[in-house]
Amino acid sequence: MMPTALPFWCSFALALCAAPLLPGIINRVKAKFAGRQGKPVLQLYYDLAKLLRKGAVISTSTTWVFAAGPVLSLATVFVALPLLPLGGFASPFAFQGDFLLAAYVLGLGRFFLILAALDTGSAFEGMGASREAAYAALAEPALFLCFLTLAGLGADEHIALHLSLSTMFTGTPSLAWLEARPEVLLLPLVLFLLLLVENCRIPIDDPNTHLELTMIHEVMVLDHSGPDLAFIHYAAALKLWFFSALLAGIVVPAIFSNPWVQLAVNSAAIAAVAVLVGVTESIMARVRLPRIAQLLGGAGALAALALMLTLIR
Amino acid sequence: MQFHYTESLDIRELPAQPLEHIAEEVLAAANKGWRMVGFCGLQDHDDFHHDLSLLCLMVEDSSGMVQAWRSPMLAPDASYPAFTPRLPQAHWFEREIWEQWHITPQGHPWLKPIRFAPPLYDQHHTRPLPADTDYFTVTGSEVHEVAVGPVHAGVIEPGHFRFQCAGEKVMHLEISLGFQHRGIERALLLGPTAQSPHLIECLCGDSSIAHSTAYAALLEKLTGTAAAERGQILRRIMLELERLACHTGDLGALAGDAGFLPTSAWNGRIRGDWLNMTALVCGNRFGRGMVCPGGTVHDMDEALCDTLRQRVDTIYKDTRGALDTLFASSSSLDRMHGTGSVSRQTAQDIGMVGMAARASGLPRDARFSFPLNGFKEMRASLRTASTGDVYARACIRDKEIDDSVAIIRSDIELLRATNGASCCEHFPQSLPPHRLALSFCEGWRGMVCHIAVTDAKGRFALYKPVDPSFHNWLGLALALRGQQISDFPLCNKSFNLSYCGHDL
Repeated sequence: MMPTALPFWCSFALALCAAPLLPGIINRVKAKFAGRQGKPVLQLYYDLAKLLRKGAVISTSTTWVFAAGPVLSLATVFVALPLLPLGGFASPFAFQGDFLLAAYVLGLGRFFLILAALDTGSAFEGMGASREAAYAALAEPALFLCFLTLAGLGADEHIALHLSLSTMFTGTPSLAWLEARPEVLLLPLVLFLLLLVENCRIPIDDPNTHLELTMIHEVMVLDHSGPDLAFIHYAAALKLWFFSALLAGIVVPAIFSNPWVQLAVNSAAIAAVAVLVGVTESIMARVRLPRIAQLLGGAGALAALALMLTLIR
Repeated sequence: MQFHYTESLDIRELPAQPLEHIAEEVLAAANKGWRMVGFCGLQDHDDFHHDLSLLCLMVEDSSGMVQAWRSPMLAPDASYPAFTPRLPQAHWFEREIWEQWHITPQGHPWLKPIRFAPPLYDQHHTRPLPADTDYFTVTGSEVHEVAVGPVHAGVIEPGHFRFQCAGEKVMHLEISLGFQHRGIERALLLGPTAQSPHLIECLCGDSSIAHSTAYAALLEKLTGTAAAERGQILRRIMLELERLACHTGDLGALAGDAGFLPTSAWNGRIRGDWLNMTALVCGNRFGRGMVCPGGTVHDMDEALCDTLRQRVDTIYKDTRGALDTLFASSSSLDRMHGTGSVSRQTAQDIGMVGMAARASGLPRDARFSFPLNGFKEMRASLRTASTGDVYARACIRDKEIDDSVAIIRSDIELLRATNGASCCEHFPQSLPPHRLALSFCEGWRGMVCHIAVTDAKGRFALYKPVDPSFHNWLGLALALRGQQISDFPLCNKSFNLSYCGHDL
């Protein structure tokens, strides 16, 4: 008999291998909209391979904090990712309240990237760090409201481990929208906006811009090079996978009896999220920075509405 | 002394007046709506070592009149009470006077070099380091300084920007230029030489046609020669093609800075299409070697007229589509509305010109106020907006694209109906002595003004090209006051001022 955790580990391996595809897909979609051929879908793999072979230039004015930033940002994503029910299969690490660990371990990675940016002493990086910290703080309540909504649905059904991500994003709670609970469909909207914020996509941040004064995330990592930069890029791709998997976890119900079909459908949904990000980036301009707070406030309000609607029933 | 812009003046007839007296008259004129186009030193002697006087020039857009004043001879290192405290539009000119001629405007509120260039008539002087100066600073908790440039992240020209910010809000922006100083003014002295037209063409590469047309028109005024009629029509076609290429490119770049992909991507290509039309006529995408004194070097035959007309129609359709997409995108509009506003009063006070001034509501367009060689007939109207923000500047460009296409279409028909050569046959080789003349040409950025004074031998004792950027850089700095620092790239692009045109 097949070990029960095998499909999960396969999904985890897929996430590690295929995450750099997501930026490639986004870029391809954007290129299509712009009437260009675009860079190869595998471009990030080439970039990572190139960067890993390079040396890193580290400014003499920095301390160990600067070097720790990229490593910790990658390490924390490695910790957070297996807490998710990847591919629709419950994580073997699931426990009550693991969503707190996942959210804050990602926060820890961000915290160290911010410290590394401040460590350089550059005015640009300080500005980027301050923006990143501000918007992350505003994004956090919205994320937790989403988690609470799903946890609440699970609690209603008296499911064990209803406070774990594995329960929230598989099984009953995520199936709820098929069972006359359309308010759950507000959550993908909120999560999509959070994905855009957390992964520095248009309309929040422009990953392609060269203008330091407008950057949020990109300007924080300007001083990193070589393997350090590769770690940051890879961690960013994994984080994109993390948030796409959250979205896919709600939209794709875990109802397929064949685990490989489940995995395939789930992965297709993640790719579809990347396409959606590409489309969003192609048809929208960036909002001005003060508006981001309003966007996040709106996301929080939507999530709160979803929570209230689930509680009323 | 007043004269019409189409005329030239004998500089010896210009009476010397004390600078205090000039200041009163200049101020009175400014209150009546005249604006300063030139304020500079003048030495009409061969050796350039004594007898320096100051020459002040103002124009009135509504009448096309020019007024000139000249100071008495000033001792080296002389000083005079600065105009700037009462006339902010003299701000940049007086700093230039201090830098180029070592005459001190006393009481100038912010006297420092504008180009970090050596004195104009003394090239043995070592050049100071650009941007090496004291900057305006703001102190206090939560106030921080951000320095950008001279090396930028994009492939653009060098300039140094100092922001004084409280959090994300810009309290003050100071712009320090001079990195592109090449000594063009100095090289033009004692001309015209065979090299002069080429120096003029590369004075500001994206306005080659505007500057070379201003140069040609200036020589025509000095010599009293009329340009060939076909040449004049061709110049206007080329000028409008230049405007189309730059406006299209800038609106695309504006979309790019706002992160709006479609227009950003399309306009990059479409700008190339407009540039290729310039190349179609003169073999060069930037219009170099097209305009010459007396007319134009290249002419367009019937077949070329057809091809151009057809290409204009096709590319205009593409341009329209790309721009309509931009202006239909609510996220782009939201980004542009209310960003980087310059009020009409501010624009008037600091003497802004061109597209940026029109966006703030000032009807300043040399195509209507000072038509080239008095050549009037034009199928367009002066466009103004009122809000003076990035959106207004984008809208002005958008409407001017329509106008330029209409002008080109009617000018192609006009060209077909006009006979003769594109250039008058015997353009005088030498210039008359002791003449002062000005020429104006509305480039895409704004009014290009060239001022020349000839010496006793008919050579340039003064040749002063004033690019619109000279007037407008301060406008950009003021547009940023109280704005988000992250809006700077968008504001900057909406002006898109020239570094080399300013630095000469």
